[in-house]
Amino acid sequence: MMRTKGILKGVQQGLLLRPLPEAWEVTLTALEETLREAQGFFEGGRVILEAAARELSEQDLRDLRTLLTAHGLELWVVLGEAEITQRAARRLNLLTRLPGEGGSGSVPVLPPAPAPALPETLFVRRTLRAGQVLQARGDLTLIGDVNPGGELVAGGSIVVWGRLQGVVHAGALGDESCVICALDLDPQQLRIASAISVPPQSRRRRVQPEVARLEQGRIIVEPWKEK
Amino acid sequence: MAGKVITVTSGKGGVGKSTTTANLAMGLAMLGAQVICIDGDVGLRNLDVILGLENRIVYDITHVIDGRCKLRQALVRDKRFAELHLLPAAQTRDKSAVSPEAMVWIAQQAAEQADYVLIDCPAGIEQGFWYSVTPADMLIVVTNPELPAVRDADRVIGLLENNGHKDTRLIINRVRSGARAREQLDRVTIVETLAVPLLGVIPEDDGVTASSNRGEPVVLDPRSAAGQEFRVIAQRLHGEEHPVPPEPLPFWKRFFSRS
Repeated sequence: MMRTKGILKGVQQGLLLRPLPEAWEVTLTALEETLREAQGFFEGGRVILEAAARELSEQDLRDLRTLLTAHGLELWVVLGEAEITQRAARRLNLLTRLPGEGGSGSVPVLPPAPAPALPETLFVRRTLRAGQVLQARGDLTLIGDVNPGGELVAGGSIVVWGRLQGVVHAGALGDESCVICALDLDPQQLRIASAISVPPQSRRRRVQPEVARLEQGRIIVEPWKEK
Repeated sequence: MAGKVITVTSGKGGVGKSTTTANLAMGLAMLGAQVICIDGDVGLRNLDVILGLENRIVYDITHVIDGRCKLRQALVRDKRFAELHLLPAAQTRDKSAVSPEAMVWIAQQAAEQADYVLIDCPAGIEQGFWYSVTPADMLIVVTNPELPAVRDADRVIGLLENNGHKDTRLIINRVRSGARAREQLDRVTIVETLAVPLLGVIPEDDGVTASSNRGEPVVLDPRSAAGQEFRVIAQRLHGEEHPVPPEPLPFWKRFFSRS
């Protein structure tokens, strides 16, 4: 692991940034040095700022975001107790708590850090084979089969016009309203936001279109039809 | 002459790659075609044993790559068919002795002298896999009717696709019939999953092991069921019309088709 002088630390959900106690500029300077030394090691990472009681202005956060963006990172969450910090974060459309915290109480899943080059939406026609992965920031549509060992990850919903036998993760950035649809839903594992479900081995299936959605923190699967 | 380079691969070990390579090479030679087969399993050579040629080896592939001999000198001529030659693997080196570029260079030379160049790819998806598949015009993926073998075949086909290989065919090996067939995956499921054209289905045949031990590929045995199927596949490769076993459409294509 790279030496990060303790300022940037890899945690389950992303990269945790702990500001130094001195002036804000000192933190930014130290961070810039760390990122430069890392030579792109953190690229594509999402940063969680642990501001604690510190009061940060909108301009402070803006400066941080500019610095991170320049190195291919994304400012994602600002965790802070100070009202002024929280307000600044909200004005910049940043999250003020980690998705999956509280509520359902399920274990937060590590959503794969979206690489900067990911497409917004994806429409693909092919067979997705073992070891192959398709990713999109938004919705993902695949016309074809997903074989066991294939993987689909989307920030939005996933539609598979074919037989889905691999691993699928919809709402991978935390959106719990996303769904997974398939003509034949026979996955190794379903994930929606931070919930994971492994279909029972003994499940007797009729081949029919089905949709999986999240209801009160649990993944439910039902026939795919108009309601 | 610009021969066709065909690599036989599988991902998983023990599914019958070398046996298939040996039998197809000999089957094509029996049809009168000039064939050179290359043992890509540097360090663990065994194609020479299956072909019964091990005591005729003087030079191997690494000698050719290192420039210590010409390809022509390293080729071992088969004792039964003058049309068939083997370029053996080295036993004393490992796969780092061969690069994809070196294999392309060798395969090109071989293709100038033969109608078919068959490369026996080592198991796995590491260096030996990449140098074996890189020169190929056509890939033959060998699998068995069992989940681990099909999974690895799927992975390998995906890697080949990503690498721009377009012509990939499938051989299902060691297929049982009768009551014991039910323990295996059925052919339709396998072809549906792997979604590449089926080249042939080889029945399980106890004679195959014995023939490998004797160095006489089953394709030579007119009474062997597996040998018969290898002969038919060789004829298909050679452009003769033989009905391929019926091929089901992939699941999704039954719902949606571009045409």
